[in-house]
Amino acid sequence: MKEIVVISGKGGTGKTSVTASLAVLAGNDAIVADCDVDAADLHLLMKPIVEKSENFFSGVASRISEDKCTNCGICADVCRFNAIPVINNQHTINTLNCEGCGYCERVCPIEAISMHDQNVGDWYISKTKIENTLVHAKLGIGAENSGKLVAKVKNEAKRLAEENNKDYIIVDGSPGIGCPVVSSLSGANFVVLVTEPSLSGLHDLRRVYELVKKFNLKAGCIINKYDINTDVTKDIIRFLNEESVEHIASLPYNENFTKAMTFGKTIVEYDQDELKDLIVSSWEKIKKLANSN
Amino acid sequence: MKIAIASGKGGTGKTTLSTNLTALFAETETVVLTDLDVEEPNSGLFIKGELVKEEIKYKMIPEWKEDTCTLCGECQKVCNFHAVIQLGPQILVFPELCHSCYACSELCPTSSLPMITQRMGLLKQFENKNISFIESRLDIGQEQAVPLIAQTNEYVDKAFNKNTVKIFDAPPGTSCPVIEATKDVDFVILVTEPTPFGLHDLKLAVETMKELQKDFGVVINRYGVGNDDVLDYCEEDNIPILAKIPNSRKVAELYSKGELVYTELPEVKKELQNVKNYIINLKNNN
Amino acid sequence: MKIAFTTKGTEWESEMDPRFGRTEFILVYDDEKDEFTSFDNREIENEAHGAGPKTSQKLFEMGPQVLLTGNGPGGNAATILQKTGMKIYIGAGQMSVKEAFEAYKNNSLKEF
Repeated sequence: MKEIVVISGKGGTGKTSVTASLAVLAGNDAIVADCDVDAADLHLLMKPIVEKSENFFSGVASRISEDKCTNCGICADVCRFNAIPVINNQHTINTLNCEGCGYCERVCPIEAISMHDQNVGDWYISKTKIENTLVHAKLGIGAENSGKLVAKVKNEAKRLAEENNKDYIIVDGSPGIGCPVVSSLSGANFVVLVTEPSLSGLHDLRRVYELVKKFNLKAGCIINKYDINTDVTKDIIRFLNEESVEHIASLPYNENFTKAMTFGKTIVEYDQDELKDLIVSSWEKIKKLANSN
Repeated sequence: MKIAIASGKGGTGKTTLSTNLTALFAETETVVLTDLDVEEPNSGLFIKGELVKEEIKYKMIPEWKEDTCTLCGECQKVCNFHAVIQLGPQILVFPELCHSCYACSELCPTSSLPMITQRMGLLKQFENKNISFIESRLDIGQEQAVPLIAQTNEYVDKAFNKNTVKIFDAPPGTSCPVIEATKDVDFVILVTEPTPFGLHDLKLAVETMKELQKDFGVVINRYGVGNDDVLDYCEEDNIPILAKIPNSRKVAELYSKGELVYTELPEVKKELQNVKNYIINLKNNN
Repeated sequence: MKIAFTTKGTEWESEMDPRFGRTEFILVYDDEKDEFTSFDNREIENEAHGAGPKTSQKLFEMGPQVLLTGNGPGGNAATILQKTGMKIYIGAGQMSVKEAFEAYKNNSLKEF
C-alpha cells in the first residue's frame, strides 16, 4: 500500500482539483484523505455521503466554576492572553482568547478552575460518488488545524486501506510549512507538489520542498498554468532539475479547470481533451514513481 | 478608518485586491497598506517603496539557568505545550512551541527560568508618495502568527492618524490569525471566487465575521468564470457585493510577474473604483 | 547495546511505524540480554502539538544508543535526540522490526 500526498505550500494553485482527479482515476484502488482541513474543499468534488461521524477534540481551554469562585482575581493576574475578563462582577473565560496554558488552573487557590478538552470540529468517513471512501474533517470557527487532526484523518485512512487491501491512499495535504503539513508528510511514500509559475508560487514551492527533503521523501511536481509566465516556469523546472524532483507535467492555463469545479466535477470527468490526457498520464507516472524504490 | 481584506481560503485574489486598491486610493489621498499575512507576506512584490524603518519584533521565552536549577521537574510539568523538556541533567526550551504564558518561569521554585526576549520577526515600513506600506514577516521556524500580528497592529495604530484609510491584507482561513487581524477593524472585505470552492469558503468566512460582529461586504474575483451561486447567496443573506472583478487571463499573467492590474485593465479599475467609493462613503458616515 | 524501533507492535514480526513523534510504540531491544522492553505511545494521539519532543523524552528515558525509524524526527525532536548522542537510522518505515534490525546490521539504513 502506497501513500501519495499532494501539497502546494500556497493556496489557489489547483492542488485540490488535481487531488480529486487523481482520486477519481484511482477509483476503488484508493482511500482518499482530506488533510487540508482549513479549506476542506475536496468533498465538493467527491460528493460524499457520510457514513460515520465523530466529534474531534483538540487542545484544552479553562472553565471557571462560578459557584466556587471567590473572584480573588489571581487567575486574571497571571493570564497573559486577556482571556479572563470580569463580566457582571464575575471572572469568566473568553474561550476564543484562551490558549490552554493552564496557568490559571495551577494558581487558583480553591481549585475553581479546570481544563476541558475543546471540541473543535468533526471528522467523517464517507462514501463518494464513485463509491470509494473519503476520510475528511470540518473545523469550527477559530479552531486551528493541527498535527493531531491530520494524524487522525490519515490513521483512519490507513486503517481502512489496510483492512480493504487498497493499493493507494491519496492525501490532499495541508497548506503552509507548519505542524499540519509535517504531519501530512509523515509516512508518505510519494509527494506530489502542485505549483504555479508566479513569484510567490516558486517561493512557496522552495519552502515546502525543504520539508520534503528533510524527510527524505521522493517527490514529483505538477506545474499548473505553466504558460501564464514561461520565465518563471523555466525557473521552476531548473529548480526541479537541481533537486532531482521529477517534473510530472505542465498543465496549460485552461478555464475547464474552473468550469469542471463549477459543475461539481473533477477535471478528468469534465474535460475530454488535453487537460484530461495530461492528468491521466500524470497519474500513470505517479503510480510508477510511488511503486519504484 | 481600518479595512481588512480577508478570504476563507488562499489563492482567491486577496493580495491582488489589497495592493491594487491601495494604489488606486493613493491617486487621490494618503493610504496605509499593512500586510498581516505574516507567514507569507507578498504584497511587497507589488507595492515598492523606500525603506524608512525596520523594527525587530520579539516574543518572550524562558531561559534555563543551570547554576540555580535543582532539576525538580516542575517546569516541564506545568508546560502544556511540551516547550520545556527535562532531559536527564538538563532543561531544554523549544521557543517555537512556547506560547509565552510565563507559567514555567513564575512557578519555578528557584527562579531558574527567567523570561527573555527572542526575535520572532521583522517589521518594515516603506514609503512611496501617498503610500505607506508596512510588512511584518515571521522568521523561518516561528509558528505563531498571532503575537506578531498583534504587535504590527499596535505599530500601525501608533504611527498613523486615526482618519487615514488603512488597508490590511489579512491571512487566509478562519483560524486565530484571521481573528487577530480583523477584530479591531471597521469593515471587512471578503474576497471570493464564483465557484463551489469559493462559495464554500466564503460561507465559513461569513460565519466567522458574524461571530466577531463585524460589518463586511464581498468582492467577487474572477467574475464570469463559474456560476451565480455566490451572487444568489449574498443576495439572500443581504450581504453587499462591492465589486465583481472580471475574469481574465491577463490578470493572472500580471500577477505572476508582480505587476499591478488595474492600471492595465480599465474594466478592473472601474470595479475597484466602486470599492473605493464604498469605503469613502463609510468613512464619511463614520 | 540497546536498539530502539518506532513500531506498531511489540514483537520481531511487528510492522515498523514510519512516524517518529506519533509512533504507536517504542520498542527497545537489548542485544546482550536478548530481550525487549516496550512503551505504548498511543496516548500521543491526544497531543495537538509537540508530539516529537514528548516522544523523544520518553525514548531518552529508555536509554538506547541507536534508533531505527522511518522518516526521521522533525526539527524539535531532532534537537533533543542530538543532545542525547543517540545514533539515528532512517528508511525502515516499510519494514518489519526484524527486517529493520537486519538492515541495520548490514549497514543498509541511512544515517539521519
